[in-house]
Amino acid sequence: MLIWIALTALLLFSAATYMAARRKAVAATGGKPVLLHSLPGYYGSYAALWVGAPAALLILLFAMFGGRMEAALLRADPPAAVQALTAPQQDVFFDDARAIAHGGQPSETIYDGDLKTALDAKAAKSAHLQNLIQYGSVALGALLALAGIMIAYPRIGPQFRARNKVEGWIAGLFIACSVTAILTTAGIVASLVWESWRFFQAVPIHEFLFGLEWNPQIAMRADQYAGTGAFGAVPLFVGTFLIMMIAMLVAAPIGLYSAIYLSEYASPLTRSVVKPLLEILAGVPTVVYGFFAALTVGPIFRSFFNWIGAQLVGGSFDGLGQYLMQVQNQMALVAGAVMGIMLIPFVSSLSDDIINAVPQSLRDGSLAMGATRSETVKKVVLPAALPGIMAALLLAVSRAVGETMIVTMAAGLQAKTTLNPLDTVTTVTVQIVTLLTGDQEFDSPKTLSAFGLGLTLFVVTLMLNIIALRIVQKYREQYD
Amino acid sequence: MPSQRDDSIAHDTVAPVHIAVDRAHASQPAGPIKIRARDVNVFYGDKQALFDVSLDVPENSVTALIGPSGCGKSTFLRSINRMNDTIPGCKVTGRIELDGEDVNDRSIDPVVLRARVGMVFQKPNPFPKTIFENVAYGPRIHGIATGKAELEEIVERSLKRAGLWAEVADRLHQPGTGLSGGQQQRLVIARAIAVSPEVILMDEPCSALDPIATARIEELIDELRNQYCIVIVTHSMAQAARVSQKTAFFHLGKLVEAGPTGEIFTNPRDSRTQDYITGRFG
Repeated sequence: MLIWIALTALLLFSAATYMAARRKAVAATGGKPVLLHSLPGYYGSYAALWVGAPAALLILLFAMFGGRMEAALLRADPPAAVQALTAPQQDVFFDDARAIAHGGQPSETIYDGDLKTALDAKAAKSAHLQNLIQYGSVALGALLALAGIMIAYPRIGPQFRARNKVEGWIAGLFIACSVTAILTTAGIVASLVWESWRFFQAVPIHEFLFGLEWNPQIAMRADQYAGTGAFGAVPLFVGTFLIMMIAMLVAAPIGLYSAIYLSEYASPLTRSVVKPLLEILAGVPTVVYGFFAALTVGPIFRSFFNWIGAQLVGGSFDGLGQYLMQVQNQMALVAGAVMGIMLIPFVSSLSDDIINAVPQSLRDGSLAMGATRSETVKKVVLPAALPGIMAALLLAVSRAVGETMIVTMAAGLQAKTTLNPLDTVTTVTVQIVTLLTGDQEFDSPKTLSAFGLGLTLFVVTLMLNIIALRIVQKYREQYD
Repeated sequence: MPSQRDDSIAHDTVAPVHIAVDRAHASQPAGPIKIRARDVNVFYGDKQALFDVSLDVPENSVTALIGPSGCGKSTFLRSINRMNDTIPGCKVTGRIELDGEDVNDRSIDPVVLRARVGMVFQKPNPFPKTIFENVAYGPRIHGIATGKAELEEIVERSLKRAGLWAEVADRLHQPGTGLSGGQQQRLVIARAIAVSPEVILMDEPCSALDPIATARIEELIDELRNQYCIVIVTHSMAQAARVSQKTAFFHLGKLVEAGPTGEIFTNPRDSRTQDYITGRFG
């Protein structure tokens, strides 16, 4: 509550500063704003930024991290009775003290004697600290705002380059935003690497990368099996690869050919209808594709293969027939095919952009030689667009490798090293989902293996994206 | 050179109404008419770009189309080989005859027509292929060569005729895009003549080139005119005067005046032509 009042007051103060600085700048020229270096508004903005920005930032930082500061200060000098407790008990104790102080719900632990006294004391101290931090931050903010006005206001004058200074503030804002994105990425990567490192303490990296057996469940019973053999991720890599290949076999030709149709054959009218329709596919949530795969495509494929099996049984392909009769709903083919459909708009819209970037002069040159449209596409446009199309396909591959929902619902959970599209397989992403859903203990290799898998996935897709971007860059240089 | 050009100046047998028959050259041998355009109108959607253009283009000579930007000279050029078909919303009316056949007739296949009427564009546009493959492109798609040896012969002959052979003979299998601008434009001309067209249309072929490369191309155009009917669009009055035997002046989508180059430049009938060639506008 206090923080909102403080921020509102700050806003009003900044606005007032804006008006005052603007007026001062205009007044300094004797009512002729033309003589100012910058437009009068820039002088106002400059002073307002100095007043508002640092103070607001400070107050927000305290609002974000004040709770943590308070908790840390609270634990600074624990009474003897508390020191006697175990570490987890201490955690509960301090959490309860804070809960009592802030009107929360304490745990059901019964405290008596010294502990009860200590708890009450700590609760009082917690409330006190919270107040101190809140009012302190507001007071500091007010000081900063005053300091800001002291710095900025005297500078206002006709010669002062307010416009350039405001530009600096705005550049700073943009830099801060991009730095946030970069820092977040770095944080995610760091946590992946850290947890994976812990995993590779338990399971050697070569066994993870080259082991042929994936069975994280059994490894929990450490007294029966060593954790080693069960964390071979090869079946997952093979399953991921198989489904990715099937998806690309569907998405690459259909996506590419529809891109060619859109950019080379379709009239502007057709294009304006077909392109948005194709892009609707891109807007379908993957979970919808997932149950489409599991509930519609899966049963259709199964009954189709079972039917073929039934025809073959007893004939010269009896063995194959028997096998086909037993095909289940969940198979790599279903997940791959539906994932391919999901990737069609991705491939087609990227390829469409790339094909459109091929200079019209090349098409004209070919058509003027008496080539037909399809000859022009095949012999001139596609070779010219090939690097870009390769990059588009690589990006699609990296999407396919990282796709989760469809495979979770349609591919199955059995880790098998097989390239048979009718078999059920599992992928890296599916395993991460199963490993991390529900209650997990964070010191078992079973849970940590998810980070190993995640890191592998990250490295693979990162490589694919880098390669794709490099290709696109090279290709752009060629035509600019 | 100029005397040579005078000999081959075309004689307008069927001149559009506003162009008087050039009696002065009546005694000289007149080249047969290769392209005969009558009342050609071109529309881009609702906008009309050409108004009732009638022009005769003689065989074995160079005809220059001049005029300020947007006057419709490129549009006229592109309607000769029906490249306007590739622009959505473009409509052509009137007759354009190539050897007496209307190119817009249903019986004419634009693909075959374009093999007979080659085109060179403003900006050199070699395909992203090797020099050899660029020249072999047309013969390949039209099945002109029966074997590898014949294809190689066609490529060599075309490159020689385009005056590029000496410069590229030892690097036929390097990308055509690696050549200089002037070389690329000659490569594109070699590509166009590899299918033995009857007419070559050139849309400002030198506008992207430096003076030396331009001189080289102009020389080439002059050599090629013995075998081909050439129509060239140019912004350079000097170039029109240097390379062409017949000149047509376009203004605001209309053909203002056409006649032997010498006459257009020394004694134009229309004041607009006079103003344009003397640099008073455009």
